[in-house]
Amino acid sequence: MSSPILKLVAQRIALGILLLLAISVLIFAGTQILPGDVAQAILGQSATPESLANLREQLGLNDPAYVRYFHWLGGVLTGDLGTAMSSGQDIATSIKGRLWNTLFLAFWAAIVAIPLAITLGLIAVRYRNGWVDKLISGLALASTSFPEFFIGYLLVYFFAVKWQIFPAISTVYDGMPFGERMQAIALPATALTLVVLAHMMRMTRAAILNVMQSAYVETAELKGLSAFSVIRKHAFPNAIAPIINVVMLNLAYLIVGVVVVEVIFVYPGMGQYLVDHVTKRDVPVVQAVGLIFAAVYISLNIIADIAAIVANPRLRHPK
Amino acid sequence: MADGKANSTPLLDIRNLRIEATVYPPGEAPKTITLVHDVSLTLEKGKVLGLIGESGAGKSTIGLSSMGYGRGGVRITGGEVILNGRDILKGGKDGFRKLRGREVCYVAQSAAAAFNPAHKLMDQVVEATLLHGTATRAEAEKRAIALFKKLSLPNPETIGDRFPHQVSGGQLQRVMTAMALCSEPDLIVFDEPTTALDVTTQIDVLAAIKDAIRDTHVAALYITHDLAVVAQVSDEIMVLRHGRLVEWGGTRQIIKEPRQEYTNALVSVHEIEHQEQNPGATPFLSVKNVTAAYGGGQVKVLKNVSVDIYPGQTLAVVGESGSGKSTLARAITGLLPPEQGSVVFDGRTLGNRLADRPKEDLRQLQMIYQMADVAMNPRQTVGTIIGRPLEFYFGIRGRERDRRVAELLDEIEMGKGFVDRYPAELSGGQKQRVCIARSLAAKPKLIICDEVTSALDPLVANGILKLLLNLQQHEKVAYLFITHDLATVKSIADSIAVMYRGEVVRYGSKSKVLTPPFDAYTDLLLSSVPEMEIGWLEKAIKGRRMASAGN
Repeated sequence: MSSPILKLVAQRIALGILLLLAISVLIFAGTQILPGDVAQAILGQSATPESLANLREQLGLNDPAYVRYFHWLGGVLTGDLGTAMSSGQDIATSIKGRLWNTLFLAFWAAIVAIPLAITLGLIAVRYRNGWVDKLISGLALASTSFPEFFIGYLLVYFFAVKWQIFPAISTVYDGMPFGERMQAIALPATALTLVVLAHMMRMTRAAILNVMQSAYVETAELKGLSAFSVIRKHAFPNAIAPIINVVMLNLAYLIVGVVVVEVIFVYPGMGQYLVDHVTKRDVPVVQAVGLIFAAVYISLNIIADIAAIVANPRLRHPK
Repeated sequence: MADGKANSTPLLDIRNLRIEATVYPPGEAPKTITLVHDVSLTLEKGKVLGLIGESGAGKSTIGLSSMGYGRGGVRITGGEVILNGRDILKGGKDGFRKLRGREVCYVAQSAAAAFNPAHKLMDQVVEATLLHGTATRAEAEKRAIALFKKLSLPNPETIGDRFPHQVSGGQLQRVMTAMALCSEPDLIVFDEPTTALDVTTQIDVLAAIKDAIRDTHVAALYITHDLAVVAQVSDEIMVLRHGRLVEWGGTRQIIKEPRQEYTNALVSVHEIEHQEQNPGATPFLSVKNVTAAYGGGQVKVLKNVSVDIYPGQTLAVVGESGSGKSTLARAITGLLPPEQGSVVFDGRTLGNRLADRPKEDLRQLQMIYQMADVAMNPRQTVGTIIGRPLEFYFGIRGRERDRRVAELLDEIEMGKGFVDRYPAELSGGQKQRVCIARSLAAKPKLIICDEVTSALDPLVANGILKLLLNLQQHEKVAYLFITHDLATVKSIADSIAVMYRGEVVRYGSKSKVLTPPFDAYTDLLLSSVPEMEIGWLEKAIKGRRMASAGN
């Protein structure tokens, strides 16, 4: 590794941290602007002016906003995400299991979706403008165009109700055997795969087609390489940066954008956790989940940037 | 044609080759156009045939047909391509794949673009050899290193470990030649292999290619638009125009006794007689000790440059790429504010930055660029493009504007019918003429011409030069003429500044600059310009006093 790469990578990471801090301010400010009052929400009908005032005092709601922000930030940095107001449970502890479940689901969806999308993209380029290309593009676009809840319910109808292969509700619990766990997430993982497939496949196709015009692709053809070797050996390595970018965006979506799918399959992940607590106006939980989602998004994009830098031979091997 | 081939079967025998393509003109039905009309040629083993002609002559198309390849939807629709005794057009896709990179190899115009930036040079050089299984990797690499040596590349043992961007353009072109030779083919198609190089680099690459062809006994189709270049390497020359054969004969016959009018025009191009004007008493524009840099002063590209331009005269600025020619133009126009020094116009100092100059100063300095098609808005008509300076500088509108536009079109020898055309509907030469008319519309004192003829075919370029000289006589406009082509300089300049690495190394009237004794760099530059003379290359290489920078 040479110094220009290290410098660029360090820049990206520093920028990412700065961005995350800015987002933490936004999240905090946003939840402050929201109408409603946690104390009121907790006490509900039984609220008296005195009990409201007491609870506010107890929760620190009377401090100025910036004091509460730094208090919160300090906690986050030391791993203390606060206590859920609605249940009184420690947020960090309850999120841990949920985050693990979400990552587990995202991981298996990604393992299937990413290689499949890239392979389909390569095949589409190989047979570009022919019927194979059109079929792949058509199916991929159709699967993306359907709303994810529709795909989810279709899967449930066929695989759970009609043929009874997979469970309709993806209940998972601690200590669940791996095989059962995989069976439980089969349907939500399939739904997620179908949702993200087209985007990555179309982008792979476009990025490779873009470099297919290059003189070095012609050189490769004139060496007698087969059409697929030309794409794989000469076009793909030069299209890698945009492909990584779109893969990372979709990976981020698999983690932070799964709310609907998790709700459909009643899967105990981050999305459901967030939705539950939004309805309860549980501000600390919403803040914590929002911050984690932002961190995931930013880290994946940093990884994409770094991968694009490392994939560039001009930066890897300076003159 | 070319006698004495009856006693052996030729390596390549192309008979009545017809190549077509489908074009899709906007708003019209697709139509089929014929690019190559029944061209036949034969090539013996170990011989070099030069294919020469202007763009659109079908040179590359014919060259690539020997590999069964058609660029962008081009189809071979008739004739036979007989290579080593068999018609390759009958072999189908697999047949093409087997001969490409094994029997026939290709050297492209721009090696910088033709090498894959993601792979090391060695991997690319031996790729075809390994693919066709003619050698093991170790053998192929050994062969490649021997070829690198033969092509006098620096560090032949290790240059293969480098990536394309780590090697200069002239070196890449030689690596590409090594790549073609590595699989020991019977035929190599050289497609303008030196056109993208500086003139001083071109001569080295040319010599390397010539030696390699001689020592390996490979046959070659050498495609170029430069007759002087092809005369150095070819045994025979075929002149093509609009996809048809014009003339085919031995090299000496073609350049010394051309039989066709068109060949004669190609041979005698560039012979414009231009009487040098004496500099007047006072220059109207003086560049005084200008130093300019990019990257916040980090990369100095102009060092203490001073030149004068006299009314109605032409100062030619010559040098290789990277010598600072275009940067000088950017400093004069204010696009790149100089770090030191100043530009004096009509006795007063011009603002350094473009934003500091009043409209009147902007009007006096106009520019014409190398790439006429990207210098015009593709969605504006010729009338709008030429009329724009009239509106902007003089506020001329309506009928008066249309009258002036028609006058200007007349001056650039294009008729009224062009007013409503779009740039895409013009030829390369016509586009450049429109750019000239646009700069003239502002009635400037100085037009900066930045490589305005470099992208054009020789005959078209010649027409543009003649037009520029005529306009100078009528309009009394001065030119700052930036070019790397010394033949152009001889045809148009009154005074010359030779630039090398950001400095003016030689400056004065044309006759003074082009008269010996020369400094080392000017000598190199002058001696590198190919002359239409058999044996010039060897003489020039022997007589050189300094090595060119591109190596």
